[in-house]
Amino acid sequence: MSRRGNAALALAAAAIAAAPLALPVGGDFGGSDDKAAAAIAATGYRPWFTPLWKPPSTEVESLLFALQAALGAGTLGYVLGRTHGGRPPGKADDGEH
Amino acid sequence: MHIMEGFLPIGHAAAWTAIAAPFVVTGARRLARQLRDRPQDRLPLAAAGAFVFVLSALKLPSVTGSCSHPTGTGFGALAFGPPTMAALGTVVLLFQALLLAHGGLTTLGANVVSMAVAGPWTSWAVYRLATGLRAPQGLSVFLAACLGDLATYTVTSLQLALAFPAASGGVAAAFLKFAGIFALTQVPLAIAEGLLTVVMVNALEARGMAALSGKLTEVRP
Repeated sequence: MSRRGNAALALAAAAIAAAPLALPVGGDFGGSDDKAAAAIAATGYRPWFTPLWKPPSTEVESLLFALQAALGAGTLGYVLGRTHGGRPPGKADDGEH
Repeated sequence: MHIMEGFLPIGHAAAWTAIAAPFVVTGARRLARQLRDRPQDRLPLAAAGAFVFVLSALKLPSVTGSCSHPTGTGFGALAFGPPTMAALGTVVLLFQALLLAHGGLTTLGANVVSMAVAGPWTSWAVYRLATGLRAPQGLSVFLAACLGDLATYTVTSLQLALAFPAASGGVAAAFLKFAGIFALTQVPLAIAEGLLTVVMVNALEARGMAALSGKLTEVRP
């Protein structure tokens, strides 16, 4: 797979993620986890255990989610960059794969 | 796919924890052995864990009008085998349960079974089947990651249906209800995850790593 082919695949994934926002889709784009919890609560069930700690606000929650993504992306970038740097000189970046 | 804290009756929570435990213990021991015996695997292992970290943090909008996230466990399952992903997936789920109030400790077992066991094993089986049928590698990777992602959300729906059967229609009706919330939302996201997993495998292979030998290793001398 060429580098261009890979970029096209990544773009297609991004388009799939963005499409629902552009299409006339109803709904508030809440989390499906919360919708399931609400469906369960509607049956009269009450949870018997609550989280030990909750992010005090959606800001703090988004901070932690961003941190999670940043740690993952940073590690991925490190691995790809490091293996990239070890390539024997003169070999093409893409091509045969 | 996160079942929220306290949202499974005690008996169900205990049963799923008991089912998850041997997978996690086996995976953790295998991971520890791999880190000790194959130091050259440390970087690709970190990449597999990081892939799960990134993808499971991305809550994406879907055509059902709600948001959900991919799991990222298919890649590691193809690269290192499903047991390793039981350990890595549990780490991610613990992080989210403790710091994000997303999922929970009482529901950790159930969430591990769906995201870190059922998903990876489905990906692995689909990949074996697809390559056995001589499908091209890219297509096999795509199908494996996509169907593994869907399997995770299908299992979550089943877990909730077993715990909360509908008053009329029982478990089957409840499964359809929860699958409508989870699995349907997940279809486009699973396709996106399949594409991104192909991108990941291509990126590693372009750098001289044989990503899918069952054990991800550097082929470059």
